[in-house]
Amino acid sequence: MNEINQSILTLILLVPLAGAVLVALVPDRFKLPNWIALLTALGTFGLTLHLPAHFSFAADAPRFQFEITRLWIEKPTIFYHVGVDGLSLWLVVLVGLLAPVGVVASWNAIQARRKLFYALFLVQQTAMFGVFISLDLMVYYGFWELSLVPMAILIAMYGRKDGPKAALKFFLFTFIPSAPLLVAILWLYAKTGSFDFATLRFWVASGALPAGALFWVALAFLFAFAVKVPVFPLHGWVADTFSEAPVALAMVVAGKLGLYSMLRFHIGLFPVQARAVAPVLIGLAVIGILYGACLALVQRDFWRLMAYAALSHLSLITLGIYGLTLTGWEGAVYQILNHGVVDGALFLLLGLLYDRYATSQINAYGGLAAKLPRTTTFFVIGSLAMIGLPMLNGFVGEFLILLGTFTGVSKGWAIAATLGVILGAAYMLWLVQRLFYGPESALAASKPPQDLRLGQLAVLWPLTALMLVMGVAPMLWLPTIETGARPPQLRTPNILPLVLPQSASPTSLNGEGQR
Amino acid sequence: MNPVPDIFRILPEVILTLTGVAVMLLDAALPPHWARRPLGWVAAIGTTLALWGSLGQLSLPEGTGFSGTIETSAFTVFFHVLICGVVLVALLLSLDTLPEDSHHQGEFYALMVFGAVGMCLLTGAVELLLVFIALEISSIATYVLAGYRKDTARGPEAAIKYFLLGSFATAFLLYGVALIFGATGTTQIYEIARLVPTAQNHSLILAGLGLMLVGILFKVSAAPFHVWTPDVYEGSPTPVVALMSTAPKAAAFALLLRVVYEMLPTLRSVWQPLLWVVAVLSMTVGNLAALRQQNVKRMLAYSSIAHAGYLLAAFAGLGNTGIAAASFYAAAYAAMNVGIFAVVTLVSGYDEKLPLIDDFRGLIYRSPLLGSLLIFFLVSLVGIPFTGGFFGKFYSFSAAVGGGAIWLAIIGLLNSGLAAAYYLRLALVAAQQPDAQKPVVPAHRVGIAVGAALLLAVAATLVLGIVPGDVLHAAEAAAYTLQAPSTETSAPANAVDLKMMMP
Repeated sequence: MNEINQSILTLILLVPLAGAVLVALVPDRFKLPNWIALLTALGTFGLTLHLPAHFSFAADAPRFQFEITRLWIEKPTIFYHVGVDGLSLWLVVLVGLLAPVGVVASWNAIQARRKLFYALFLVQQTAMFGVFISLDLMVYYGFWELSLVPMAILIAMYGRKDGPKAALKFFLFTFIPSAPLLVAILWLYAKTGSFDFATLRFWVASGALPAGALFWVALAFLFAFAVKVPVFPLHGWVADTFSEAPVALAMVVAGKLGLYSMLRFHIGLFPVQARAVAPVLIGLAVIGILYGACLALVQRDFWRLMAYAALSHLSLITLGIYGLTLTGWEGAVYQILNHGVVDGALFLLLGLLYDRYATSQINAYGGLAAKLPRTTTFFVIGSLAMIGLPMLNGFVGEFLILLGTFTGVSKGWAIAATLGVILGAAYMLWLVQRLFYGPESALAASKPPQDLRLGQLAVLWPLTALMLVMGVAPMLWLPTIETGARPPQLRTPNILPLVLPQSASPTSLNGEGQR
Repeated sequence: MNPVPDIFRILPEVILTLTGVAVMLLDAALPPHWARRPLGWVAAIGTTLALWGSLGQLSLPEGTGFSGTIETSAFTVFFHVLICGVVLVALLLSLDTLPEDSHHQGEFYALMVFGAVGMCLLTGAVELLLVFIALEISSIATYVLAGYRKDTARGPEAAIKYFLLGSFATAFLLYGVALIFGATGTTQIYEIARLVPTAQNHSLILAGLGLMLVGILFKVSAAPFHVWTPDVYEGSPTPVVALMSTAPKAAAFALLLRVVYEMLPTLRSVWQPLLWVVAVLSMTVGNLAALRQQNVKRMLAYSSIAHAGYLLAAFAGLGNTGIAAASFYAAAYAAMNVGIFAVVTLVSGYDEKLPLIDDFRGLIYRSPLLGSLLIFFLVSLVGIPFTGGFFGKFYSFSAAVGGGAIWLAIIGLLNSGLAAAYYLRLALVAAQQPDAQKPVVPAHRVGIAVGAALLLAVAATLVLGIVPGDVLHAAEAAAYTLQAPSTETSAPANAVDLKMMMP
């Protein structure tokens, strides 16, 4: 078992890559690429489940587990250094879970050039795993950049109407901010001689680096992540990308990578600098919540509606992160998981509707409930989870984030954010009503009804069950997340704690908020 | 003192010269109606032997030959291998793409090999007159190759432009050499390095340095000496562009490294700001102009100007780091650029029926292999991790940051974001659905020679991107030998502070 623990992360990286090579080699017949991709995705998901099963909660357990450290390049010293802690553990599993969902969502949607699609899709998986597990900044940066390429090509080639334009927009929006990020990483290396996360955190905390420069370095990190999340006002790429990206990619394009990077590499590396900019981000996050929700209310196209809904939800998570409270952090990580699961299900269903009726205009739909009862049921459950109905998963995450904001930041911001949650209920329920209820539309009448099939049910049932389990039994997940948010080692005197205890939450933030 | 026979010091040059002469003689001796294609194979084999010969030079003790005019060291071997590799790929590429009926094929191959002689000599020369001769050998061969397409007016135009401007640039270089000779009384690079700190005629040396820089920066097509590049690249046959956008540039960069780091390290405070400005200008001008191009070769020409800028950023690095980064970048750039020009040759054809970006539309459907390769090389040019382009930029900018030039790195990396726009445009056009209206021109057949060329380029780009350790070691060894002159001629340390001689 020990050998497995020492190589499991490498396996998780390599299996999708091997699958991609295999897909590229087989002939495109009998849906072979689909099956290979599905088996690879399921296999990888199985591998990721090894992590929570063997994660140690012992008091003396190291913070990062399943760690692998190998020298990759001698000079500059780059280590292939990977490992997971409570923050990243479940995110890795989430990426593993969404891979088979993505394959099922593309099963019928992608008819032409399947080999290329699935090969790039699997490469994308590797890149995302890499981002979540890398503990060496160069390796991290490598995977971060690598994740852009398959995404851009897939959007360009398999986009709905104007793929290339959306792909270019997406690529430039996310590639250009990574230039300052790389300079910041190189500056850290020039000063410390290391790319290693733990070493760098020690250096930054030691106070040996010039504070003025560190502020800009931290800002460069934040900027790159904020575009990727996206944080208002850097969300220009979201709507086009969501309307063009194939369903399997729309599920993963926004949020996770950027939010995780904020936690790990912005606040995790630069706690002091992060605290200085936190008030600004809290403000932007609340604006994002309300702005996204208001725009979602007026969209006529359901992809764009989902894009702005994502902006609103991701801003809520950003609020949880930059509230810098333990509760907010737990809620934030939990909400990233929720968002992945719920969006996975909703996008799958919307993708099926789009494939069948070939339009994303909400007005054209209506009255589908009688014809497609299963689709309707699953969609309603997903929407309710997204809104944050108690007993479903969205509730737990939103509640924790809002609680953290209310107690740790300021009541005013919490109330404003809650308003966004209410608006969220409005646009989602209205969407459900316009798509599925009301008089039967000409569009719905034009095609014979064809409800969910076995493969789709096989994906949707577990996702829906997960929404329920995550809603009633969050204690299955939260303890792990807490070890990541406040690992025991961080209480040693010479390293600043990542998150201040609740009682000691910065009063300056309170002041800022109430003014 | 020197137990190594002089001939071993110029082994690759000798092999290349013999190959070139053999190809020319065979070309003349063979009956006119025989195909000249096998001559290309002769040239390719000769180049491979030369590559092997330069690797063999690694076992020689570091030192100079021919009365201290030519050096063998890890530095020269690094660039010899790079140049021979590029020439080999260009030869393989020409083998399959030159039209069957083209006369003068033998001459074409011979010229490529002779060009390689000049470039190899240039990287080894430690005497300024030999530098000049080597530069002329390589330039004259490239001038002729540039005008090789006589079926269009663009070919001769390219050759004349290249020749006139190139001659001017060489004249600048020669003038600079003369001034430095006037100030120090020698043309030996090590001697100059020794004499410069105590030389009386400081302004003469500065003028000499300036003029030499003009000449060299012209050869590497750095802004503001870049205007010839797009026209010449557009008019020259694409296999020749694959060669001349990489190998002569690598050789010229080797010369630049030698001049600034070995000959005039004490004038760092003078040349470093100059190169800083040239680097920023090259990147910005190259990228901005490339954004607007419709012709693929012109776009790549401007992109090569920008890449010269990225490479020059490494010169902001201190000592060994800067030299190693610049050498590594030269290798990475050569690998991916030769690769992309190979793909462009195969798509556009030797006669360039399809020169525009729009003509590449749907390439990945017409020819999945060429389309994927095009996207692969573009991804490397953008500088995405796990390709050579990434580590090239990474080392170059990390040298700049290490040398304190943070702004240079920021400008450079923002520039590479800008560059992504036009690289990606080409990649996305290639990935688009083909236009049903346009007649489909079949892409060139990928033969054995071209296949080998592409394989070499892909392998080099991937190796430099995934396991760059060995090449970086070689680059560092090269940097080390350049910094520390061989014991035989080593001068007393340049101890005199520059400030003492300032007026």
